[in-house]
Amino acid sequence: MKLYKDISKIAMVASLVTAISGPTFAADTIKVGVLHSLSGTMAISETTLKDTMLMLIEDQNKKGGVLGRQLEAIVVDPASNWPLFAEKARGLIEKDNVDVIFGSWTSVSRKSVLPVIEELNSVFFYPVQYEGEESSKNVFYTGAAPNQQAIPAVDYLMNDLGVERWVLAGTDYVYPRTTNKILKAYLKANGVADSDIMVNYTPFGHSDWQTIVSDIKSFGSEGKQTAVVSTINGDANVPFYKELGNQDIDASDIPVVAFSVGEEELSGLDTTPLVGHLAAWNYFMSVDAGVNDEFIEKWTSFIGDDERVTNDPMEAHYIGFNMWVKAVEKAGSADPEAVQEAIIGITTANLSGGVSAMMPNHHITKPVLIGEIQADGQFDIIWETSGLVAGDAWSDFLPGSKDLISDWRSPLGCGNYNVKTAKCSGQNY
Amino acid sequence: METTTLKQLSVLARITKFWIIRNKWRHQMVVPFNKIMKYKNFLSWQRFASFLSIFFLIVGVFSPLQSFAKEENFQDLLDQLSTKDFSEKFNIVEEIVLKNNPETKFILNSLLEGKIYSIKSTKKVVLAVKENKKYTTTDLVNNEPLEVFTKSEVTKVRINNKIRKKIKTSLALLDLTHADESIRLGAVKSTYKSISKEVVNTMQLLLKTEESEDVRNSMFVVVSIYNLNSDNPSERIKAIESLEGNLEPIVKVQLKKLIDNDLDEGVRLKAQKALEIIDSRINIFKTFETLFFGLSFGSVLILAAIGLAITFGVMGVINMAHGELIMLGAYTTYVVQLLMPSHIGLSIFVAIPAAFLVSALVGIIIERGVIRLLHGRVLETLLATFGVSLVLQQIVRTIFSPLNRAVKTPEWMSGALEINGILSLTWNRLYIIAFCLIVFTVLIMVLKKTSLGLQVRAVSQDRSMARAMGVRSNWVDAMTFGLGSGVAGIAGVALSQLTNVGPNLGQAYIIDSFMVVVFGGVGNLWGTLISGFGLGVINKFMEPWAGAVLAKVLILIFIILFIQKRPRGLFPQKGRSAEAN
Repeated sequence: MKLYKDISKIAMVASLVTAISGPTFAADTIKVGVLHSLSGTMAISETTLKDTMLMLIEDQNKKGGVLGRQLEAIVVDPASNWPLFAEKARGLIEKDNVDVIFGSWTSVSRKSVLPVIEELNSVFFYPVQYEGEESSKNVFYTGAAPNQQAIPAVDYLMNDLGVERWVLAGTDYVYPRTTNKILKAYLKANGVADSDIMVNYTPFGHSDWQTIVSDIKSFGSEGKQTAVVSTINGDANVPFYKELGNQDIDASDIPVVAFSVGEEELSGLDTTPLVGHLAAWNYFMSVDAGVNDEFIEKWTSFIGDDERVTNDPMEAHYIGFNMWVKAVEKAGSADPEAVQEAIIGITTANLSGGVSAMMPNHHITKPVLIGEIQADGQFDIIWETSGLVAGDAWSDFLPGSKDLISDWRSPLGCGNYNVKTAKCSGQNY
Repeated sequence: METTTLKQLSVLARITKFWIIRNKWRHQMVVPFNKIMKYKNFLSWQRFASFLSIFFLIVGVFSPLQSFAKEENFQDLLDQLSTKDFSEKFNIVEEIVLKNNPETKFILNSLLEGKIYSIKSTKKVVLAVKENKKYTTTDLVNNEPLEVFTKSEVTKVRINNKIRKKIKTSLALLDLTHADESIRLGAVKSTYKSISKEVVNTMQLLLKTEESEDVRNSMFVVVSIYNLNSDNPSERIKAIESLEGNLEPIVKVQLKKLIDNDLDEGVRLKAQKALEIIDSRINIFKTFETLFFGLSFGSVLILAAIGLAITFGVMGVINMAHGELIMLGAYTTYVVQLLMPSHIGLSIFVAIPAAFLVSALVGIIIERGVIRLLHGRVLETLLATFGVSLVLQQIVRTIFSPLNRAVKTPEWMSGALEINGILSLTWNRLYIIAFCLIVFTVLIMVLKKTSLGLQVRAVSQDRSMARAMGVRSNWVDAMTFGLGSGVAGIAGVALSQLTNVGPNLGQAYIIDSFMVVVFGGVGNLWGTLISGFGLGVINKFMEPWAGAVLAKVLILIFIILFIQKRPRGLFPQKGRSAEAN
């Protein structure tokens, strides 16, 4: 009997709360979900992206919002816990009625969110470079696909630095494994012998790099120009670079080109021994463009810290957010279905002074830049692609995915259409 | 002092200039020289003398003007560095090296350090120092201070690896006559990778005056490596003989080339034999290296675990927040470095006691506030301390932000002790092994020789009897926990030199720490020492063939099996009380 009373009490309170809060909040805002970990391992990277989103939304509201309506950010914390990402995403869409979600960092968290987003037919923007081999109707990939980061970087090493021996070093999870698989196939297609490729995987947060660095050193001392292609993730990079410095591996002898080391990672690091090592991204804070200076200015004043840096995933959110705003304006509504259709072909300024476009495969066009680490923790851009590179969802160098294309425009409407069998194999990756 | 260095500089400048110019103009010089020979007959002595006098007259009149012009030219040359094209920049750097002005060395060094900027409006290239978002500039040629600019008015002269390499080798050649023997040695070694006729000629010239035995030897190595490609087979054999057992990687590469390509059967055989000798020596040193890696990895494990060996081993408390106490030690190092930014080398010595105090204090608070209240309830203690660990992590996140913090490595801890071409031991690892042994010895002394140690041992062996003898067991518990926590803090100082200083630092080490303590035998510090070194060495010997991931898995499986057989670890505590537990 008491239990029944309690339940009825709760129900009463709940209905009261919704009665009060409902009308005030639902006034006329467009709700934007922000799904980034604010605690746990990934907080180090994702907190910044949450702040970026808040800044972008605040800025848009100052300009009068979208379609005359103000934007309202709904921030949730999935706490670096992959299943929680799915749960929080469901909450955002079903309970908070958000029209779009910006979020995730790791591939595994994206994969966790994916079924929910598809089931509820929402719109999701993913801002980090990833391994490709995916194209969902509901996801927009504003980070780099392998052909927008890894392949051009390898081209640069091969053609400009004359690299002949390759160390593919990565953390042991899906992104490095897939990227290295693609790179290995690509290198072999370019005539690199098996004995000139060394692949190495280490656990998350690996901190004792002595053996591996010593192996790299002897692998690179056999007379051929050697380079390390690093997909080492997050925290493990600091001890890795420290060990490189201590074992006197100079960037001019064995350069390391990293795909996961940006300005933010370097800000936690004494960069003197790293000068000259490389990173490949689509944006660097040091890009010389008026729009970039403006963005940095806005960011440092928003966060209230002059020393804070900007990085590539932040730019991806910047592009993604502006594309979404334009798509909503074009569609005349924030309805996910309408936005999905309107956004293809939308172009918006990126921070390197050019323009990025949303492709039919839900990836975007970006320039690829190679930067050298400087003593002040910034990158000097030493090479860039002559034009924009369109993101390729399905790699041309893997046997299974070679024949797949993705085109979400109306006649085809398929993320993995097989040109050989002329079949859309459906949403099972 | 001043004059001798100047003299050395000028001698060396001449030498380098000589071979660089030769290198560049060798081919072009042949033609004009022949032409001069042709015209030689037309020149009488008289004519020659008058020519000379006119020449000197001209030189005499124009020399002040000329030096002025030269200065102008040099600045012009420097200004060209503002180009964006790296290959053009490379050529300009080459020319700066060739000009060999007194400022060249300084300019090259500043380029390496990224202090050279170009002023956007005038395209003038200057030295700039950044201070409070302003750039104070100085003229590179006459050292005069210029205006102060803002960030948007100047752009940095960027260099890439190719240019950096060029600058470094040029600077190294300038160092061949440096007063310091070790710098000369380093300069000679840095030429190993790009040995050419010119380098060898320079070496042979320098060999006449060089006094240090080590430097002479390495110069001979340069000459021998060059002779491996001599046209004369007997020269090649001689070179192979003199390089026997040399462990420099370049020697191995060259020998392999000889084995594959040499036309002379004798040379090939000789090279084969020399390579075998080198390979067997390399194997020996590689084993040493692996052993060293194992010991250093082991000492990190011991440092992380030894505090736990006290709290868990001696007191029997499972403290899941142990890793966070290590993290606090690392953050203390960071804060100490912030407080004394100009004394990074010294900061470590301040950080050690500071980290001990901070972690010990937090440890005592945890003990008084949480663990004491859960005395004897192992599972509740485990859960409560796990909660404490999360709280500590989040506190650090709120205070210091979730981003990693950069802890600087002091000069004396970076780099490596080079024993030969194959084996070099990194200084930071050497220091950490030594540090680990010192901490261990001090702890053993504290437990064995002090009255606190006596009381700790008494309480851990038989609490009620110790209390009956007048030992304040509560106070001893707090002190023991403080000691264990403080040692964790010290471990944090050491780890800050190896890995990230971030909120997750502790989590990475908690499992390893428990592993070491359990494997070594609970309650036995010596067991912790042996098991730490043992696990480190086993891990490092397995890593080359199993990979880092599998090695870790295998170690865990091994420990699980071992614990099945000997539940009390390697060195179980003996005695009545131990068995009663």
